[in-house]
Amino acid sequence: MQHRQAVRVAVITTAAALSMGTLAACSGDGDGESTTLNVTLANHVWTDIITEKIPEFEEQSGLDVVVTQLSEDQLVDNYKVKLNAGSTDVDVMMYRPLQVGKLFGQSGYFADITEQVNGAEDWNWDDFQAGPVGLTTYEDQIVGVPMITESEMLYYRTDLLEEAGLEVPTTMAELEEAARTIKEENEGTAGIVMRSQASAAVTQFSGFLYSFGGTWIDDDGNSAIDSPEAQEAYAYYGGLLHDYGPDQISTDMSWPEAAAIFAQGDAGFWIDASSLYENVYNPENSQVGDQVGFAPFPEGPAGSQPYNVAAWALGINSASENQENAWEFIQWATSPEMTLDIQTEGVPSARTSVWEDPEGTASFPEDLAAAIATNGENGVGQDRPLVVGVAEAREIVGAPIVAAITGEDAAAAATQANEQFQALLESEE
Amino acid sequence: MTSTSTHGVPMAERLSLWANRNRKWLFAAPAMVFTFLLICIPIGWTLYLSLTDAKGSVRRPADFIGIENYVEVLTDTDRFWPAVGRTGLFTFGALALELILGMAIALLLWRSFRGQRWVRVSILLPFVATPVAIAMMWRLIFEPNIGFANRVLSWVGLPAQPWLADPGMTLPTLIFIDVWEFTPMVAIILLAGLSTLPDDPDEAARIDGAGVWQRFWYITLPLLKPVVLVAVLLRAIDALKTFDLLYVTKGQGGGSFHEAETLNIYVYGLSFKYNDFGVASAVLILFFLMILAVMWILTFRRKGAKL
Repeated sequence: MQHRQAVRVAVITTAAALSMGTLAACSGDGDGESTTLNVTLANHVWTDIITEKIPEFEEQSGLDVVVTQLSEDQLVDNYKVKLNAGSTDVDVMMYRPLQVGKLFGQSGYFADITEQVNGAEDWNWDDFQAGPVGLTTYEDQIVGVPMITESEMLYYRTDLLEEAGLEVPTTMAELEEAARTIKEENEGTAGIVMRSQASAAVTQFSGFLYSFGGTWIDDDGNSAIDSPEAQEAYAYYGGLLHDYGPDQISTDMSWPEAAAIFAQGDAGFWIDASSLYENVYNPENSQVGDQVGFAPFPEGPAGSQPYNVAAWALGINSASENQENAWEFIQWATSPEMTLDIQTEGVPSARTSVWEDPEGTASFPEDLAAAIATNGENGVGQDRPLVVGVAEAREIVGAPIVAAITGEDAAAAATQANEQFQALLESEE
Repeated sequence: MTSTSTHGVPMAERLSLWANRNRKWLFAAPAMVFTFLLICIPIGWTLYLSLTDAKGSVRRPADFIGIENYVEVLTDTDRFWPAVGRTGLFTFGALALELILGMAIALLLWRSFRGQRWVRVSILLPFVATPVAIAMMWRLIFEPNIGFANRVLSWVGLPAQPWLADPGMTLPTLIFIDVWEFTPMVAIILLAGLSTLPDDPDEAARIDGAGVWQRFWYITLPLLKPVVLVAVLLRAIDALKTFDLLYVTKGQGGGSFHEAETLNIYVYGLSFKYNDFGVASAVLILFFLMILAVMWILTFRRKGAKL
């Protein structure tokens, strides 16, 4: 008897506790817009600049902006937890269209802002570059405003090239030759350093893939990563690092590790995103800051085809109860004046007018601005397979890169990866 | 205003009688509710998810697919079983070394000597530092090109090692870091146990002419057995679910070849990177059962030890 009563007590107490919780949850802000705007941003130079200016926005809008700033990995995890739970405490979200655009679009996490962007006349939606806009559009709905672009950049050491009597390489063959010469002539210095971790390397490998004439997915939606062109690209990328990379080649390098080796003066070349130039150019971060040169991506058999993409965009959480204010914030943060302002501090934007304005490129090192412009003309608008399961796809298509780096047979690895990638594509149909 | 019941006893009195009779339940109720809310509901939800094909977002409708996820996981020789193997290897390797070293340190500190307090404090240092910071530090030390570890080797005239960069060397290196970090904890637990032991048996054995090693093996160790089991239990559970060290040093997926992918890292990747919530939940339930089994074996052995 006692036992049964105890169970009853437990049940009643639980029910009471649960209903209290529900009541508390319901007595929230109620409906309508709140004056507190929750903005989640990634660690980025853009974020540093915008957070300094937010008080101005608060003053003119009367809103109270709460910024949550996270590193890229934590940012995505944070979104996944909160958006999965349908949380309302994310209003504006900074996101990578290439990495999560399809997944979030498919899951219905984005608010449709087509009307807002087309209705804002002075703000001028038509000013945004077509490639980036394509990436922030999901099934004909505009879901994000791109604010940062990046392209694939060849960073080199002016002093090492000069000592070796070399010209800046413009083709893949010249790049390989220059890397070999630098490694041979400088004890302990690598010819070239690039990303070597399977999924991190995928984005930097994409430019090689395109320039060798390859592609991730063919026109019929099938995997194309074991085409002869792709195999050649895999072998070339891996061979560069295997033959002319750092002595102890690790397969764990993403951009921070590669940038660190280059900034320490331990490598002749480094290939990575244009937006990272501060890490090796700024004397505060780099021992070789005044000896860094920038060049457009070298030409392969299919020409020079680096990625040129919208790296980051601002979107609105579809579950947010504060969407009008969220749009107001996005409009303010991506206005033509603000974009110009931020680009003069060194963040490449997605607005055509800003790139056409001499003031917009004045702050960049001259050869960097020129290389970005050249990349922009030749660029491809994606740097990874555009699927829903990007993370999984990157691990699959990145495996042959690592195989090639460690001196294994890239072609065999590509064939194996091709099967897995094909299976992934079919599972998403 | 007291409503009376059919027996004519005031309601308030009946209530207090009832409360009195059931006080042990009443007092435990908040804790029980708390446990239910924070442990049983999440585990139940995970169990439910593991039987569905939830993918992409849990807000999208998912179908009930029975034990399909479990079949898929248990037949996966590509990622799941290697992860189980690595989890076991990492846990067992780290635990064995930590026990031997911890015991040695505890025995050294058992008898008082000058400067003992300083030694105790300095031994505790690795254990009180933040795990993520420790992992970052070792990652820098073991960086193959510019790290401190290879510089030390070159001073001694030894060739540079790839350390964490080499798939074959990754797990041993990680075990080394774990041993460095958690041996102090084991040592402190064992030392606490040692300091409660009676002196008489040891003394009696010495008078009977037993050597140092014999006295340790036949007297100290058997007496210390319950404490050793506590240390093993605590460390084993902790080592099984190591995440921070592995994630910080090798990143998601445990490196390019998944060389450091233990079950915990695998599940994290499944749910946060692949958004494959059904399969991730199935792995979690299996992992949960494994930990329960390990705990049961250890506690069962402990009861056996008392017989």
